[in-house]
Amino acid sequence: MNDNVTLMKGNEALAMAAIRYGADGYFGYPITPQSEVLEKLEEEMPWETTGMVVLQAESEVASINMVYAGASCGKAVFTSTSSPGFSLMQEGMSYMCASEVPALVINVMRGGPGLGTIHPSQADYFQACKGGGHGDYHPIVLAPASVQEMADFVALGWDLAFKYRCVSMILADGLIGQMMEKVVLPEQRPRRTEEEIRKQCPWAVMGRKDMRPANIITSLELDDDKMEENNHRFQATYREIEKNEVRCELVNTEGCDYLMVAFGSMARIAMKAMELAAEEGIKVGLVRPITLWPFPTKEIKEAAKNVKGILVPEMAAGQLIEDVKLAVECKVPVAHFDRLGGNVPAPEEILNALKNELIK
Amino acid sequence: MKAEIVIAGFGGQGVISMGKILAYSGLMEDKEVTWLPSYGPEQRGGTANVTVILSDERISSPVLNSYDIVVVLNQQSLDKFESKVKPGGVLIYDSYGIHKPPTRTDISVHRIEATEASIELKNSKTFNMIVLGSMLKVNPIVTIESVLKGLKKTLPERHWHLIPMNEEALKKGMSLIEG
Repeated sequence: MNDNVTLMKGNEALAMAAIRYGADGYFGYPITPQSEVLEKLEEEMPWETTGMVVLQAESEVASINMVYAGASCGKAVFTSTSSPGFSLMQEGMSYMCASEVPALVINVMRGGPGLGTIHPSQADYFQACKGGGHGDYHPIVLAPASVQEMADFVALGWDLAFKYRCVSMILADGLIGQMMEKVVLPEQRPRRTEEEIRKQCPWAVMGRKDMRPANIITSLELDDDKMEENNHRFQATYREIEKNEVRCELVNTEGCDYLMVAFGSMARIAMKAMELAAEEGIKVGLVRPITLWPFPTKEIKEAAKNVKGILVPEMAAGQLIEDVKLAVECKVPVAHFDRLGGNVPAPEEILNALKNELIK
Repeated sequence: MKAEIVIAGFGGQGVISMGKILAYSGLMEDKEVTWLPSYGPEQRGGTANVTVILSDERISSPVLNSYDIVVVLNQQSLDKFESKVKPGGVLIYDSYGIHKPPTRTDISVHRIEATEASIELKNSKTFNMIVLGSMLKVNPIVTIESVLKGLKKTLPERHWHLIPMNEEALKKGMSLIEG
């Protein structure tokens, strides 16, 4: 057996990957089903090894603003929460995006709206991808479908955030957070030195060494023309991200008669539905968006070219389906299947939906 | 090789940890593994179940509706999961408190007296390892050696002295299955 392989919950793998990345700080407030992130960090006590700060804040509002401050100093900082907590963080998301600071925010979704349930959901898709806060902004949204991806997307999220000076999100759900699978964690990287941060983030506020011009991190700009200029700069960055960073997985899309588009844990269940369909001689392919924003529009359009119909299974009442319909410009019938409020479908339910909605 | 398993019972019976031990045993044999617990906010007293999949290949869904092996430890779980055993699959149940035994004839049904066996061993905490032993006798998806190796990997060293007791419980469980 490979000694580097361990079994871990998604939430734990994420916490471990953050320490191994050389993170500078975590600020968070416990909420099911992601509390294992904070618990694992407390258990590992990285402040004694790498010097990473782990702080339980007094609320989600405090957490996101601590992240905002840490990120303004060029530090690799992050927070994690679940749906109701993510709602509280929307102001901070908008401010961080407007201030062009790199940060990592994790939402392990649970059933809503409101305080809802503690079980898995995907109903924060709009909130994450279309800007839950005010103004024209986008975080990069990564959707892990396995425990390994929970670990891998920590490094990817931060690397992209620092590259584009934007906010990266990991949008998981209670199922991915709570389930155990095999995982290989990355090697421990040292935290960046102050000199390295100064070099990587010349915009960061960390003391004016050698009397360089002052860096100012703010989202406020009362001059409309300047604020419009800022917006154009944000949009230019987003276009660049759309050009370079779309990621998706294609499974059996070559020569399939029907297509499914699903992300995260729903994509895993859909894969099983695909296996069941194959046993009945129905050829189904799957596009699994890995980045929900930027969305794999071209890839879906391409995969849908010769199919008779598309099914979009989601644990949301019709959110992902809007982007799928836009991608295929409504030229292909697109059907929807959902389970809501924390309920997770069995693979057979998805197969039945495919037959009832599209094959008939 | 692929085994899709669900273990269900009361919270506190060791259902979740039995699944965990099984998952680690699969890890010891380099198999692909998923372990998905399902329990309410209450950790003890309510019903709990865990889905474990061991496979030589990439595992698609960690969520299932039909299983190769179903292990149930109370009446509610039996009522819920009897219909979800795949035709030709295995159903193992502890007889304690069962007033409505399973009726299916297209599956292999094994009734064990694990609660009584744990009393015989004078340690009710060995209950889930007895059940695991029975399950592995019926369908040896992992070896006992892998289970013990998995225990050693997951238990802190100060608890290693408990491993022989667990081995005894596993063997007791195996002896509950005839043939």
